[in-house]
Amino acid sequence: MDELLEILNDLHPDVDFTTETGLIDNMILDSFDIVTLISEISENFDVTISAEYIIPENFNSAQALYALIEKLEDEE
Amino acid sequence: MLFTSYEFIGFIFALAILYYVFPKKLQWMLLLLFSYLFYWIANPIYLIYIAVTTVTIWGCGRMIERNFATQSEYLKANKESLTKEEKKAYKNSKKSARGRWLLLGVLVNLGILAVVKYTDFIVGIFTGKGLGFMDLAVPMGISFYTFQAIGYLIDVKRGTVKAEKNLFKFALFVSFFPQLVQGPISRFGDLSQTLYAEHRFDWTNVSYGIERIMWGFFKKLIIADRVAPAVNVLISDVSVYHGAYAFVGMVLYTLELYADFTGGIDVTIGVAQMLGIRVTENFNRPYFSTSLKEYWRRWHITMCQWFREFVFYPVSTSKAIQGLAKFSRKHFGDNIGKKLPVYVSTFVVWFATGIWHGASWNFIVWGLLNWLILMVSEELEPLYDKFHGKFRFSNTIGYRIFMGLRTLLLICVLNMFDCYVSVSETFHAFLTMFTSANYSIFTTGELLNLGVSALDYIILLCGVLVMLIVSMVQVKGSVRDQIAAKPYPVRFVIWFALFLVILLVGAYGIGYDSSQFIYNRF
Repeated sequence: MDELLEILNDLHPDVDFTTETGLIDNMILDSFDIVTLISEISENFDVTISAEYIIPENFNSAQALYALIEKLEDEE
Repeated sequence: MLFTSYEFIGFIFALAILYYVFPKKLQWMLLLLFSYLFYWIANPIYLIYIAVTTVTIWGCGRMIERNFATQSEYLKANKESLTKEEKKAYKNSKKSARGRWLLLGVLVNLGILAVVKYTDFIVGIFTGKGLGFMDLAVPMGISFYTFQAIGYLIDVKRGTVKAEKNLFKFALFVSFFPQLVQGPISRFGDLSQTLYAEHRFDWTNVSYGIERIMWGFFKKLIIADRVAPAVNVLISDVSVYHGAYAFVGMVLYTLELYADFTGGIDVTIGVAQMLGIRVTENFNRPYFSTSLKEYWRRWHITMCQWFREFVFYPVSTSKAIQGLAKFSRKHFGDNIGKKLPVYVSTFVVWFATGIWHGASWNFIVWGLLNWLILMVSEELEPLYDKFHGKFRFSNTIGYRIFMGLRTLLLICVLNMFDCYVSVSETFHAFLTMFTSANYSIFTTGELLNLGVSALDYIILLCGVLVMLIVSMVQVKGSVRDQIAAKPYPVRFVIWFALFLVILLVGAYGIGYDSSQFIYNRF
């Protein structure tokens, strides 16, 4: 989780990712951010998040995103 | 049948009466009948194209759904006996099969689109001369309904929506006539819920729908069709209409495009609402944007969403692009590796967006220029942030208005590619704005010789002011909600005034031939 928070903080240092739960709904992350994020996750966690997983529920909070990474790690 | 014709008004009122008189469970069938009738009136040949798209996408969707069901049953039945690896291998084989059905549906339908829309262009590239006859065969709204149908199939493959079992219900989703001409490009999950539902007569829906239709007519008949003759003259010959004329032409075309396209969508949404059906909004006051990036979040929203969901994300997260990003990180550093997926994918998206708009180099260059500006802005963002942090005036209303006007001017320039016959002529027309010393036309009355009289200009100015005021009121919430909150006499005066203005000031008369909607040709 700390590794993910570090990636997110690099992307938007002004956001508190430990508490924010509306990253997509509140338009904090845009499509460019999401792709950069996926690229970083692929580099650091060795999982590939494909397009079908890009839905608000998976990206609205750091916790949800981490749960997705764990799920994909488990599947791979 | 034009949205602004008397035939269309008769068509929707006949439908609305039958729709609410018919048994409710037959309402969707009536809609299907009227949708096919609408298409048949445009050209009976078109029905073949839309029927092929409907059947192929529906069939592929059903096969994908069956594949999901088989997978689920098999895994359930063999829950205990299969190892984790075996389950994974089985799931992967099923997923590949679903991918093949998706590919089949996409290839067949993009193939049809490519043949009817792009053959002439591609043949022209290699031979220097197109076939000439293909343009006639391009069915009305094919880009819109093809994309809508493909979007459905991808959603089914992703498991986001269940495949529609009933072929005729699916046929209605593809052919729903109000959005057949120029969109919006609806998602099955959004539209199907209200499209197939039973609707009883609801005065709020009907009155809101009529208000929205009238507002669309106002934009189309009072602004777009009134300014169209001047635009047609101004873009007809750059050797005559250069410099200041080119400037006026691009500004008026941008006004025409807005009034025409948003007006058409107002009619679409209004007709649907009269029938109790909710169609996705396609605009969010786009000309109030303060950057090109923001503009593309607010203009033609459903098309942008389509490209983002079904092209941008799949391309940027593909193994090839992610592999390229890893390679770039290793050889050129973290910064480039991190940005590469965005740059490459947006290039693909803007190339595709350009091609989607039309088979010509103008649209390709228009798309790639959008890409270039967006990427340069992205690169310069840290500099902008520094600038905004340093100077306090960047938070003032004045600065926001400046940013808005700057963005609008940029949009005007990009729209020039839609006006002129070739890329070189577009660049030439643009350059003459800086080289031709004919800006005196603003004071000598030359602008009155473009088929638009002084009275027309005054009406246009008033129309634009009304649009501006409505857009500003809209910031506080739905304008129709605000009208509905007023006492009946006030509401009646507003409705009557709008009706009277359209009737008396609309750009028509005996023998007047209202223009087709601009986006109809895309």
